[in-house]
Amino acid sequence: MIKIEHMSKSYGPYPAVIDISFEVLKGEIVGFLGPNGAGKTTTMRVVTGFTPPTSGDVTVSGYDVVSHSLDVRRHIGYLPETVPLYVDMTVTDYLRYMGEIRGMNRNWVKERLPKVIDMVRLGEYRNTLVGRLSKGYRQRTGIAQAILHEPDVLVMDEPTIGIDPIQVVETRELISDLGQEHTMLLSSHILPEVSAICKRVLVINDGRIVADDQPEALSAKLQHAERIEISVRGAEAPAFINAIRGLSVVIDARSDQRVSVVQRAAREKFAPFIVDARPNVQAAEKIARTVIDNGWGLTNLTPLPMTLEEIFLELTTEEDLGE
Amino acid sequence: MRFITVIAAKEIRTYFSSPMAYVVSAAFLAITGFFFVASVSDAFAEASIRGYLAGAVFFMIFMSPALTMRLIAEEQKLGTLELLLTSPLREFEIVVGKFLAAFVMILLMIVLSLYFVIVLFVYGDPDIGPLLSGLLGLALYAGATLAVGLFASSLSSNQIVGLVVGSGILTALTIIDFVSARLTGLVSQILDGFQLGASFSVFDLDSFGVAEGGHFADFAKGVISVTDIAYYLSLTAVFLLLTVLVLEARRWR
Repeated sequence: MIKIEHMSKSYGPYPAVIDISFEVLKGEIVGFLGPNGAGKTTTMRVVTGFTPPTSGDVTVSGYDVVSHSLDVRRHIGYLPETVPLYVDMTVTDYLRYMGEIRGMNRNWVKERLPKVIDMVRLGEYRNTLVGRLSKGYRQRTGIAQAILHEPDVLVMDEPTIGIDPIQVVETRELISDLGQEHTMLLSSHILPEVSAICKRVLVINDGRIVADDQPEALSAKLQHAERIEISVRGAEAPAFINAIRGLSVVIDARSDQRVSVVQRAAREKFAPFIVDARPNVQAAEKIARTVIDNGWGLTNLTPLPMTLEEIFLELTTEEDLGE
Repeated sequence: MRFITVIAAKEIRTYFSSPMAYVVSAAFLAITGFFFVASVSDAFAEASIRGYLAGAVFFMIFMSPALTMRLIAEEQKLGTLELLLTSPLREFEIVVGKFLAAFVMILLMIVLSLYFVIVLFVYGDPDIGPLLSGLLGLALYAGATLAVGLFASSLSSNQIVGLVVGSGILTALTIIDFVSARLTGLVSQILDGFQLGASFSVFDLDSFGVAEGGHFADFAKGVISVTDIAYYLSLTAVFLLLTVLVLEARRWR
């Protein structure tokens, strides 16, 4: 649905995106991940026909963004980073207007509008002025305008930025639901968000794509250490840590700092630890045997996948080293 | 064409939902009323709307940019311009739609002020020719000033900048005779050709400015000339085109 081939975009002498290529297939939800200023918004602006690329080819639904810009714009729903709303219109008026400038006729708007308002759960605010809505509801109004004209492709730039945590969860659920029926390109610099919503992640840094894979595959590929969470009963922390560190497969072992002091006190007998081990050497098995040989009770042993934060740091620091 | 109507209808609704339209209309009626009364209260005064026209032509230098200053600047400020430019709209449809909305508003104000004409018919015997040509001229003049204002509004996301730049351009075109009078030959003639409407001799209550110089003078006298019509229409077209270009340039930035 979205096909980008060797696309570059410069603002004057400043390159924002450098020779990127990727494709988003029908029905895919692709997360676009990168620090601020990496080129996410620029790429999205090119895809939505807001700004033409400096070089390269970009097509959406088979239409070229430069030569068939109007066709592209007809098939795309876009939620820019600053949710663009007319604050002095009611939600219904705003959405009707947005529908009309997207080329929807009166009947289509009439039929579609109540459905969309239900979908984003804006029912009780349909006659409220947009300016009076809370940030989360403004975001929903923004999402509503993006999906109103039943576009083939949805492009959302940082859809959960600046809203409170509860509304973030609701917004993410809404986006996941929309993903059932739309092809979607979604940008974020919040990593867990992308891994929660998207089946595929593109990592962009300094205008270049540095990774393109499933979130799980990314962590597998980049994992230099196997991280294991382990809880044991009846072990003194220093004794346990010393015993585990003595194993050749183990890089490091430490108390799990992720739980609070209070929690740790309550779980004294089941002290949680984090162990980093060399990959692919059956470290878990060896650790388990050590625990049992020492007469401690093994209550939990879970391999932890690497988080996207770590992958991200890994990718972007490697990039820096390469330069 | 449908998109132009949609955009114009939205902008007209917005005018009525903010105090702007009411405040501007009130000011317009007050200023033109003052000029009208001043022009007809002398003994043996002429039963014409020349005073009213002088007031309107003068006040539109500020009123037109005030009406248009929000139209594009605010879209840039709210970020809604990004929505408009990613909708299947052409830039000229956005520009023409917004221009038409402002033009409808200004025509409504002119219609509101037409009770002056009724007053003239009740107390005097006005000449219908200059009256109609004056109103036609005023509509053309209004369109040209709005186009300049709309262009000024497209330059930044700050409405005040739009107001100042718009009024600045219109003032410059109005006082161009200050410059041309001090020059000779072709340059002077060319500059004279650009004279917008009233010169600042508008403050001379005998002639009410529109009588001399500028493309409005003939309309006020009852003469409809192709040159004047062409001047106002080209000014409108050129500034609308410039506005479209500014919006298009925004994409390449």
